[in-house]
Amino acid sequence: MTPRHVGVVGAGPAGLAAAHAALAAGARVTLIDAAEQPGGQYHRMLPEAYAAERPGRLQHGWQEFERRRRQVLTHRRCSWLPETSVWALERHEGNPEPAAPGGPADPTGRPPRVHLLCGGPADGSGRGRRTLDVDALVLATGAHDRVLPFPGWQLPGVFTAGAAQALAKGERVAVGERAVVAGSGPFLLPVAASLLEAGSTVLEVLEANTAGTVARGWGSRPWELAAQLGKTPELADCTAAMARHRVPYRLGCTVVEARGEGRVEEVVTARLRPDWSVVGGSERTVPVDALCISHGFSPQLELPVAAGCALHGDRGRPGLGSGTGTGTGEFVLVDDEQRTSVPGVFAAGEVTGIAGEPAARAEGAVAGWSAAGGDRSARALRVLRRSRDQGRAFARRLARAHPIGAGWPGWLRADTVVCRCEETDFGALCAAFGSEAEASPRVAKLGTRAGLGPCQARICGPTVLELRDRLGARPDAGPIPGRRDGPGGGNRARGEDRAGDGPREQSAEGLPAATPHRRPIAQPLRLGELAASPEPWGTAPSGTAPDATPGTPEIATPDITVPDATTPGTAERTDPTDPSEESTS
Amino acid sequence: MNGTRAVVLGAGIIGAACARELALAGLEVTLLDRGGAGAATTSHGEGNVLVSDKGPGPELRLAQLSRRLWPEVLAAIAERSPAGARCVEAAEWDPKGGIVVATTEAGAHGLAEFAATQRAADVRADTLTTDALRAAEPCITHAHTAAVHYPEDAQVQPAGAAAALLTDALAAGARLRTGEEVLAGVVTRGGRLTGVRTPGGVVEADLFVNAAGPWSGALGARLGAPVAVEPRRGDVLVTTPLPPTVFHKVYDADYVGAVGSSEEELQTSAVVESTRAGSVLIGSSRRRVGFDDLLRPEVLSAVAAKALRLFPSLAGVPVMRAYGGFRPYVPDHLPVVGADPRLAGLWHASGHEGAGIGLSVGTGRLLRDLVLGEPTEIDAHPFRVDRPAVLTPPPESRQQNRKQGRKQNREQRRKLEMEQDQDQDQEGA
Ligand SMILES: Cc1cc2nc3c(=O)[nH]c(=O)nc-3n(C[C@H](O)[C@H](O)[C@H](O)COP(=O)(O)OP(=O)(O)OC[C@H]3O[C@@H](n4cnc5c(N)ncnc54)[C@H](O)[C@@H]3O)c2cc1C
Ligand SMILES: Cc1cc2nc3c(=O)[nH]c(=O)nc-3n(C[C@H](O)[C@H](O)[C@H](O)COP(=O)(O)OP(=O)(O)OC[C@H]3O[C@@H](n4cnc5c(N)ncnc54)[C@H](O)[C@@H]3O)c2cc1C
Repeated sequence: MTPRHVGVVGAGPAGLAAAHAALAAGARVTLIDAAEQPGGQYHRMLPEAYAAERPGRLQHGWQEFERRRRQVLTHRRCSWLPETSVWALERHEGNPEPAAPGGPADPTGRPPRVHLLCGGPADGSGRGRRTLDVDALVLATGAHDRVLPFPGWQLPGVFTAGAAQALAKGERVAVGERAVVAGSGPFLLPVAASLLEAGSTVLEVLEANTAGTVARGWGSRPWELAAQLGKTPELADCTAAMARHRVPYRLGCTVVEARGEGRVEEVVTARLRPDWSVVGGSERTVPVDALCISHGFSPQLELPVAAGCALHGDRGRPGLGSGTGTGTGEFVLVDDEQRTSVPGVFAAGEVTGIAGEPAARAEGAVAGWSAAGGDRSARALRVLRRSRDQGRAFARRLARAHPIGAGWPGWLRADTVVCRCEETDFGALCAAFGSEAEASPRVAKLGTRAGLGPCQARICGPTVLELRDRLGARPDAGPIPGRRDGPGGGNRARGEDRAGDGPREQSAEGLPAATPHRRPIAQPLRLGELAASPEPWGTAPSGTAPDATPGTPEIATPDITVPDATTPGTAERTDPTDPSEESTS
Repeated sequence: MNGTRAVVLGAGIIGAACARELALAGLEVTLLDRGGAGAATTSHGEGNVLVSDKGPGPELRLAQLSRRLWPEVLAAIAERSPAGARCVEAAEWDPKGGIVVATTEAGAHGLAEFAATQRAADVRADTLTTDALRAAEPCITHAHTAAVHYPEDAQVQPAGAAAALLTDALAAGARLRTGEEVLAGVVTRGGRLTGVRTPGGVVEADLFVNAAGPWSGALGARLGAPVAVEPRRGDVLVTTPLPPTVFHKVYDADYVGAVGSSEEELQTSAVVESTRAGSVLIGSSRRRVGFDDLLRPEVLSAVAAKALRLFPSLAGVPVMRAYGGFRPYVPDHLPVVGADPRLAGLWHASGHEGAGIGLSVGTGRLLRDLVLGEPTEIDAHPFRVDRPAVLTPPPESRQQNRKQGRKQNREQRRKLEMEQDQDQDQEGA
């Protein structure tokens, strides 16, 4: 029997674990990533040219990662396609967008066709166009930094935390000598630590949420933070590094303005109320040459949306989900086996929720195992699921402890840039959203140009959406979650025949709902590349045989390898005294 | 006509243009749309305002009327209100002119003949020498066989243009109600349409204008007066911003053939143009696939290949976006503008296919004159509702309608099922 063919998009922690588990379950795997090396955000690797003395120094869990990476990439049932971008997913004819999870199943049950650009980085040229048809598809495309606007955030010298981290970890370049790290979430700590490691002075780390919000969010189960992050030596290391360098960590504070001639020279910090409105008179000026900002993460949803996967969450609307701030935003809806609402399509990692690397790995392994048609009663799967469920619980708490406060638009001035690509300012958005004739998202987008630039609203999309909800001219601009592909029939307004509901606009027949995640061209491609006709990706990739040949090393049975592959490389993970283990059983 | 109540059904660019003219004429106008204003076809296409692609005939006359009106209308809007002035800015009116390029001998011959007939109909069409073409478009292919310059061709940003027309309509007293779908008509025993039913209740008026774009056929049927307007899909590619590379609207002589064709299968022809922000827009395909929004990479690929035939040097330019919409298509390729002879009180302004942006202002003017019973600036007879192409749906479309009906039934069922689920949820909660 020919093994099932599983396509995995994204070779970050989730995708790599998915490939590993799918191989363990006997499937043939095609693993795809736009980057040159596997590892994703977390194990952002040194370019091979840099493979310096001890590349692992800045990387936790390196050995474990190295082992899994080798096992997957050298496996004879695995084709690894580095520097390969998935630019489109093509649904099959007669495969309409499912209305809701559990809605009518796609009659063909085939996952969409995968359109690839092979043999060059994401902004490369002259790449070959290929198509790939698989039996099951795992989407593990991760997330990118979310950054809220404030006056001066577009100045050179202001970095997203992810970019700063990538420079420090990947290229070992410090972003500046005197840096401030600000935003929200536990990821501020590793960012500060890698800046210190790269030789910067970190003046302070500012968490926008107040001590009260953070404490309430972690609430009765503060150990989950430790269980998910602290079991990696990472958090301890970060805290230790901060203590060693006497870096203050301030809660309820943030940077509300960056100033400078041509680049950032100073920042204005301020104390915040729980809703992130500024406490008047608390502003201080701090001279810096770099500012690193992270307000959490936005999942990379274009491929799941292109596949027709249902999403869940509140699109980051103010006042929902938690008392003081915005909720968790939208993520791919998955079931217990990481299935999406689209048959044959699975999702794992940060596209389903933001919970850090261990959770991404656990999800990936469950997804890979299920996609490969692995035995559903395997003992290993139970362990994996439990670890995945802990990850999900952690994600919920993380969202509650580090919400985005509803008061952030108060930081903006009329001339504050909101869309950096097109330099659209807050004033222009206010004018458009305040006008009946222009308030519809597509009309406002075309009129103000916010989101039309090269990043295609990846940065400003959620921000613009939220501003629109606040500024909406319509009297009924209240919260009307009306996504056609939303999960929740449940929270939709009744009288659904009202197709286009003001701000929460529903699209006309055939036309897609206005969502910041819809990008039918998921990765840019050159006109010449697009014009070429594609070749199908070889049935059996070069150097691999469709069936097991005796003598090649086989990935061990899932019972041993897979759970191992999903836990931070230490033995404590099954520590029976660990409260987090007890709490979910 | 003061005090006459008019309800415009659909707030796309056609509805906005009609509402504006009627409101300026003193009618009490309400626009109803089930979605947001301008959010449907109007913001899913391009903004070519062309005379060059039209042969002599009624559509060309409507295009010429519109072309004359555009600058006047935009100036008047900017004058009337600051919001209007801002929208006019966003409408990016640019009378940049068009260049049609043939790349085969047969194409050159066809283009020369076509341009000659246009000249006879008062279109400015200047044949370009190779040198003149190179000077006008330095990046154009060397492999061209003929080129004609149409100085009257222009461009707008379509959603901005629609917002400008709508803002002006509102400034003239019209009211906009979005999120209200028209479900049915209220017809008196005497056979007059006196109201439309929406989920919010009945909206009454003296006259109604069906301006529901590609959904006009469906809306007409709901009101009891179906018209043969169907969707014809088009897809557009958008590149990242470039330094100036394309200076006019440049398109391939095949375009004229594709516009006039009724083929169901894919037709592509390249129309290449820059926007103010530097992106190049490349359109577009024509497919009759119902309201099917599935991405078809091979369609995008064909559009890209056609564009490269005109501008080979664009091969290395990144495409960052693709979008598409549904042109409101009538089998004889003419808009439908006028009173419905079957149902008093109902008017239509629809079926503009791939030219509704350009033709909107002329359509609004024409409709106003017809409603007021005043002499029209061009002959309105060819656009009448009472013509075979509009009143007899072609056989394949009947089939499609049936298919769509079945799909609607399925959706209805699905909706019901979901509502039941909700009920259960509520019980469970
Ligand atoms: C600054 C920073 C610090 C962090 N610190 C910690 C920490 O201390 N502890 C912790 O637990 N977690 C940390 N994280 C989070 C951790 O990195 C993520 O949880 C983890 O990487 C998520 O894994 P993933 O596989 O879901 O996605 P990713 O790691 O993001 O991988 C996604 C992969 O998909 C590829 N991809 C996406 N789209 C396409 C496409 N269309 N075609 C081809 N390839 C595509 C990308 O190239 C990428 O390699 C940090 C993250 C950041 C940004
Ligand atoms: C890819 C593409 C490229 C194009 N390029 C050009 C071009 O370059 N130049 C040009 O001039 N034209 C172009 N067009 C054509 C142009 O976009 C259309 O002709 C024009 O937008 C039609 O406008 P409309 O107002 O009739 O329709 P729409 O904009 O679709 O407006 C109809 C409105 O009716 C509403 N509606 C529908 N049913 C109901 C109901 N039951 N109750 C209430 N409301 C309802 C809808 O919500 C919608 O808002 C292009 C079109 C496409 C698809």
